[in-house]
Amino acid sequence: MAVDAPAGFGAPTGFGAPTGFGAKAHVALNDPKLRANFRRAMDGLMDKRAAQFSDAGEWKALRARGAAVRARALAHLPQLLEQLEARLTANGITVHWAETTGEANAIVLGILQQAGATRVIKGKSMVTEEMHLNAHLEANGITAVESDLGEYIIQLAGQAPSHIVMPCIHMNKAEIAELFAAKIPGQTYTENVDELTAAARKALRGRFAEADAGISGVNFAVAETGTLVLIENEGNGRLSTTLPPLHIAVTGIEKVLEKLEDVAPLLSLLPRSATGQVITTYVNMISGPRKPGEKDGPKAVHLVLLDNGRSRVYGDVELADTLRCIRCAACMNHCPVYTRVGGHTYSFTYPGPIGKILTPQLEGLDCAGDQPHASTLCGACAEVCPVQIPIPDLLARLRTEAVTPSSIAVKGGGGGVSLADSLGWGGWTALYSRPLVYRLSTRLLGVFGNLMPAWLPMLRQWTSVRTKPKFAAKSLHQLARERGFSDDQR
Amino acid sequence: MTSARDRILSRLKSAPRRTMPERPDWAAPRYGEGRLTQFRAMLEAAHAQVTEVARAEWPSLLRLILAQKGVTRVLFAPATETGRQLAAAWANGDAPQLVASQLVAPQLVAYDRPMEEIKEVLVHEVQAAVTTARSGIAQTGSLVLWPTADEPRLMSLLPPIHVVLVDKARIVDSLADTMAAEAWSGGMPTNAVLVSGPSKTADIEQTLAYGVHGPKELIVLVIGDDAP
Repeated sequence: MAVDAPAGFGAPTGFGAPTGFGAKAHVALNDPKLRANFRRAMDGLMDKRAAQFSDAGEWKALRARGAAVRARALAHLPQLLEQLEARLTANGITVHWAETTGEANAIVLGILQQAGATRVIKGKSMVTEEMHLNAHLEANGITAVESDLGEYIIQLAGQAPSHIVMPCIHMNKAEIAELFAAKIPGQTYTENVDELTAAARKALRGRFAEADAGISGVNFAVAETGTLVLIENEGNGRLSTTLPPLHIAVTGIEKVLEKLEDVAPLLSLLPRSATGQVITTYVNMISGPRKPGEKDGPKAVHLVLLDNGRSRVYGDVELADTLRCIRCAACMNHCPVYTRVGGHTYSFTYPGPIGKILTPQLEGLDCAGDQPHASTLCGACAEVCPVQIPIPDLLARLRTEAVTPSSIAVKGGGGGVSLADSLGWGGWTALYSRPLVYRLSTRLLGVFGNLMPAWLPMLRQWTSVRTKPKFAAKSLHQLARERGFSDDQR
Repeated sequence: MTSARDRILSRLKSAPRRTMPERPDWAAPRYGEGRLTQFRAMLEAAHAQVTEVARAEWPSLLRLILAQKGVTRVLFAPATETGRQLAAAWANGDAPQLVASQLVAPQLVAYDRPMEEIKEVLVHEVQAAVTTARSGIAQTGSLVLWPTADEPRLMSLLPPIHVVLVDKARIVDSLADTMAAEAWSGGMPTNAVLVSGPSKTADIEQTLAYGVHGPKELIVLVIGDDAP
């Protein structure tokens, strides 16, 4: 049964400015195919993760180490960034800094144009999604082809990722089979996953070989040695960073680690939390461009460090815990909201619990203020977070910031009170602080409440999917008094 | 005018100072005598083929394995010890088993010049490549590759079959151990890679498929001084 989206749901009623989460969630919840695709994927990922961390003692010690390593890196972030820059530069990697996504796009475009590059092959990178880099390059005559299978699929489909680790998780193989048959020349319809995978390999092999440049993200940037660590299963990340003559890596300023040894515990946390794999097929550690005498590898390597609000978030010690994130996606895989509505409902690059705290901080509460409300605060995300980010606490903090701003680290706070809110809460206060009015209104509801039709606009949000509650004929106070309790009896 | 760099750093530096937590105790697991068993089990679980072979035997065994797979062109690194052994053994005539099997013996293709000069061969023609691992990691079933000028990066990446030799004595417990024991932080190579199976993806309905961009098959030869 299709249910119309209730009028007003998702409108600014105390949810900060809307991103349409409510209305989109409603549509997603009524899409059985989407629900089935996510349910299957999320159940599988949760089971596999649980199997990896069956030893509670090991999980506890490893996670404490992982959280401490990330917290240490953030504690002296500016010094580590300076060290990282110095080490990378000494290793022959050129470092660029961008305050905004616009600046980062311009830097990447500038490097490509200077090299005369027109064909780009891309490894998976959420930061370039945050920048909408592909569209920017396309507008400037540069073709950027995504090479991670999931990213390739959604690029063919003209969509955005719905999950930060498995970007096309919202699609089933029939949809992908149709897409490939329509978009890949010579490809006939097949739902055989091996054949679909082989078709992508064939279509992309030439793209790797002809690419003038490769663009990738970074999982960890090690300050101690000037090393960029990239993890993946497919080999497309290694190809993007090895085969073309130019490699541009793009990352957020928070991805830095103090020491190379810090990679080990995080590497033991990230793939196990993400996909339940003990390790990814490839861990690619890049510390420089091709040296004289070496026969392959890019001749130039660049790193673009993107801020985009992160240094502002850093100004608040509590909220800066958001920056510990290693992008494993365990929080979304376990979120009762995300697993039901999927990633596209969130409208922004980072969906799920981490998105709900990261997006409003990067973009501003005035522009993504409904995101922190898309949560039941059940705490499943915090329970599985490998670096112990207290996501529910930060959600609550951001909800507070939306009403009473207390920190300059938060952008667009204080705008989260609408007229409906003020009237609603004002009325509630008036009612509950005056005994006479309160008694009168409950009496009236007892008498007339059940006469209210279920289709009344505000009631319908409830009654469209649930039975209308019945008002008791007598209030609790009345019943108590009738049984001989007096008001001041303890 | 200040730069983006200066503005970012100055914002970060003006933030309230925070306490620096210590690294709490954590140690990667140890396997003792069970090291090789763990290494093999993890690699096999990741769909790799693991074979123990004596130092003198591996070139002829490999030639047979590759011939059985129908491989005719094998990329090798002529200037490495592994490459020299391979070339010497394969030049020495076909092994009796291979002759008896009537299979076509694979031929070697040297990776001895810059990638740009043999790109077509690398990208589309060679069917297998043979490289050496610096060490093996038991915990995760990983091969530690430090490609060099003599044994370049693309060898372990472009051909559909990747053959790796790892010395039995160089199988260690964990990444943390080997990083510390070999003082990696003292200087990293241009590229270091951990390989823990053939290339794979589960992007389509979480169904595993191998060889999406990198090698479809990973053959690990564990080299010992005696016959296994």
